[in-house]
Amino acid sequence: MRGEGAACVPASLRNCAGKGPTPGRGEGTTVNTPISPSQVVRQHLIDPEVCIRCNTCEETCPIKAISHDERNYVVDFSVCENCLACIPPCPTGAIDSWRNVLPAKPYTVNEQLTWDALPAQTELDRRQPGADGALPEDVAALAEVASAAEHGQARPPWSAAHPYSNLYSPEHAAIATVAGNHRLTPEGASTEVRHIVLDFGHIPFPVLEGQALGIIPPGVDETGRPFHPRMYSVASPREGERPHYNNLALTVKRVTHDRHGQPVRGMASNYVCDLKKGDQVKVVGPYGTTFLMPNHPGSSILMICTGTGSAPMRAMTERRRRRMALKEGGELALFFGARSQAELPYFGPLMKLPKSFIDVNLAFSREPGLPRRYVQDLLREQGEKVWRLLNDDNCYVFLCGHKGMEEGVIAVFEELAKARGGDWPTLRRELLAEGRLHLETY
Amino acid sequence: MIDYSEKIPNNVNLAQDRTLQRALEHWQPNYLQWWRDMGPDGSQDFEVYLRTAVSVDPSGWAHFDHVRMPDYRWGIFLVPQDATRRIHFGEHLGEPAWQEVPGEHRANLRRIIVTQGDTEPASVEQQRHLGLTCPSLYDLRNLFQVNVEEGRHLWAMVYLLHRHFGRDGREEAEALLARRSGDPDNPRILGAFNERTPDWLAFFMFTYFTDRDGKYQLCALAESAFDPLARSCRFMLTEEAHHMFVGESGVARILQRTCEKMNQLKTDDPAKLRAAGVIDLPTVQRYLNFHFSVTLDLFGADQSSNAALYYSSGLKGRYEEGKRGDDHRLKNDRYTVLGVREGQLATAEVPMLNALNEVLRDDYIKDSMSGVERWNKVIEKAGIGFRLAVPHKAFHRKIGTFAELCVAPNGEVVNRATWDANESRWLPSAEDRAFVASLMGRVVAPGQFANWIAPPARGINSQPVDFEYVRFN
Repeated sequence: MRGEGAACVPASLRNCAGKGPTPGRGEGTTVNTPISPSQVVRQHLIDPEVCIRCNTCEETCPIKAISHDERNYVVDFSVCENCLACIPPCPTGAIDSWRNVLPAKPYTVNEQLTWDALPAQTELDRRQPGADGALPEDVAALAEVASAAEHGQARPPWSAAHPYSNLYSPEHAAIATVAGNHRLTPEGASTEVRHIVLDFGHIPFPVLEGQALGIIPPGVDETGRPFHPRMYSVASPREGERPHYNNLALTVKRVTHDRHGQPVRGMASNYVCDLKKGDQVKVVGPYGTTFLMPNHPGSSILMICTGTGSAPMRAMTERRRRRMALKEGGELALFFGARSQAELPYFGPLMKLPKSFIDVNLAFSREPGLPRRYVQDLLREQGEKVWRLLNDDNCYVFLCGHKGMEEGVIAVFEELAKARGGDWPTLRRELLAEGRLHLETY
Repeated sequence: MIDYSEKIPNNVNLAQDRTLQRALEHWQPNYLQWWRDMGPDGSQDFEVYLRTAVSVDPSGWAHFDHVRMPDYRWGIFLVPQDATRRIHFGEHLGEPAWQEVPGEHRANLRRIIVTQGDTEPASVEQQRHLGLTCPSLYDLRNLFQVNVEEGRHLWAMVYLLHRHFGRDGREEAEALLARRSGDPDNPRILGAFNERTPDWLAFFMFTYFTDRDGKYQLCALAESAFDPLARSCRFMLTEEAHHMFVGESGVARILQRTCEKMNQLKTDDPAKLRAAGVIDLPTVQRYLNFHFSVTLDLFGADQSSNAALYYSSGLKGRYEEGKRGDDHRLKNDRYTVLGVREGQLATAEVPMLNALNEVLRDDYIKDSMSGVERWNKVIEKAGIGFRLAVPHKAFHRKIGTFAELCVAPNGEVVNRATWDANESRWLPSAEDRAFVASLMGRVVAPGQFANWIAPPARGINSQPVDFEYVRFN
């Protein structure tokens, strides 16, 4: 299942709490809070059914966390730091195996050495690492795909506010009321993107910029089960689309064609796009604990997106816009791609923002009479600036949009690195480790 | 003119090395010509989802893209140098590792490098027609990945020849492109590399067994006192792992499919299974017997003064030399080898130094057996009471003391008549090969697999199994 018309899916859903103390995050403060014994952590394992014992992982591991006997290759939980250096060289993918465990009860090396197969998933695997509650399986699966490029390495910016996650499950969904629904792209444009405002009344539903929520369409699927939640990124800042009201906004595209261009009516996106003011909706979430904006003064944000991938970027930009008078500093740079100007959500408001506040770069791939331009082309043209931001310890990079865009963008980063004697893989690792690179693609 | 940093990813400072550039400028066009002539048949325009090594960093491995194979960036990589590395076995134990070739070892080192290098283009030649009968896009991509990486291993050896062996090296590098697998006039150096790889079962067996010989040879050379050779081979091992994965998972998927059919039809009758279009387990066993025994010959004679010389002079170590607890000189050590006495198999104690080929062969056998056990688990899981086994090491050998004997797979010495009467039970017969060949059709729709093989458990680089791994243009 993939959220049709979904703005994006939070990478951070599969983020691991790590094994050490997690930095507590308030605005601009850091407090060390140890992991509670009931929190789950991810344990790195090797699938004995798939492993061919080639020794590459053991050879690659910089801290000797991997060892073997006659039967199995195993990872020592007490040594492994999840640096993931062993993942790319593994020819089989056996190395990319994970189970959630309680920190006090990992699978021991001796236990793993006796395995013929990975242990069955447990109730713990339904939980979000670092959280106490259970995460719906389908939400976890979506997040897994969306954040694949991060290889589970994502961390939030150090100054991100502490997110609430998974407060409402499908069994206990929150009910929100539609406060507004208007079309962003003009009539006649080839895509219909809508801005939808949900009001939660007296129900607490705290969100941060970059988080997502799920909407459960009414009714049952062909097997008679309730529909899975569809994921949408929140497009408004933390204090609400209308400040000091308990509301938030979503950016939703009506799905009329599948990936291969075949006509199809996206059940969930059409449901959401057709909602009327006053309608009630079942909402789950919020989700996401790493795709979060930095809060410290002077922090810069590099945003790269296509289509409805702009939702979290709008939320972050809006947060900064509302605080402009505080003169907190930091640069904002946006690289935004759409088929044409008419199909770029939020084009009008975006163009009204002062240049000194945000550097907006737009690429249109199907603007009649103009050559096709993609986000990658813009990044290449602004190579000097992009490279500077990538190397700026205070700059945080967010990418949200189609998978294809992600590949192109990473290729430009590689080019930029190569042309300047740098090494993208090394930089990428640093960015991930410092919570400065966030990828969410669908 | 070659743009060195772009076209040839390397960590040997190629952009600054004029001598090496000149040598490669001459060799590279010949290499590309060889690839066009002898590389995968009819594949020049395909865009293949390949992994290219762009740095020695672990993440340098994760570089996946659709590329045309003639545009593949064959790079030159050595694992980073450890300036303090010392020779850890043989007569020179404790001395600093050599960065240049010592005059007295020049001829032997060259021979070692040429022999290793010769196997790389050889296997590409052996496999060049397989693309025409691929069971899926996924498998086609894996075949091509193996091929381009064998090509890169040739580059690795040619780099050493060009960089360290002057004119002789350049001539040897040219000769590596001139020999042809199976050519009676100018064959490849080692026997197994002149055999045909006629079908995909043979290909999977080859990558499982024969590339595993490659692994053991590379492991032994990765211990060498000649540091550039050691560092080259260490890096090649990471790629070799993928080749063995292709073999091991390929055979496992064939077994899985056959077992499915056996359960579905409730039969173990080879004729019925063949009629159902899958490869019966006894045929798989016969292919296994063939490839295992042919590969054992690659390790050389069971007692060899050359092996002793290579070890003592520090040119070639043992598998995992650094992890062994002995004195690493082995002058007083003995090793039990299996030989022939009065027409029967018999063990004998011999000086360890002379038995180093046998030591490496025994390590290899142990490793091979563990993979076969994993195949058996596939069969066991399907609830079928058949077990595959590697044959006795004296079975069907052409090199060494066993060459004179007829030995059954279970190790029993038999006479010529018994051998003749049973050969078609022990080794693939012409009929077996014709049957397997008859299954080889071409399946290239994404996500589709030939009837005789199960889909893999997961795709390459986290891509779905029905990903378009190869685009035809």
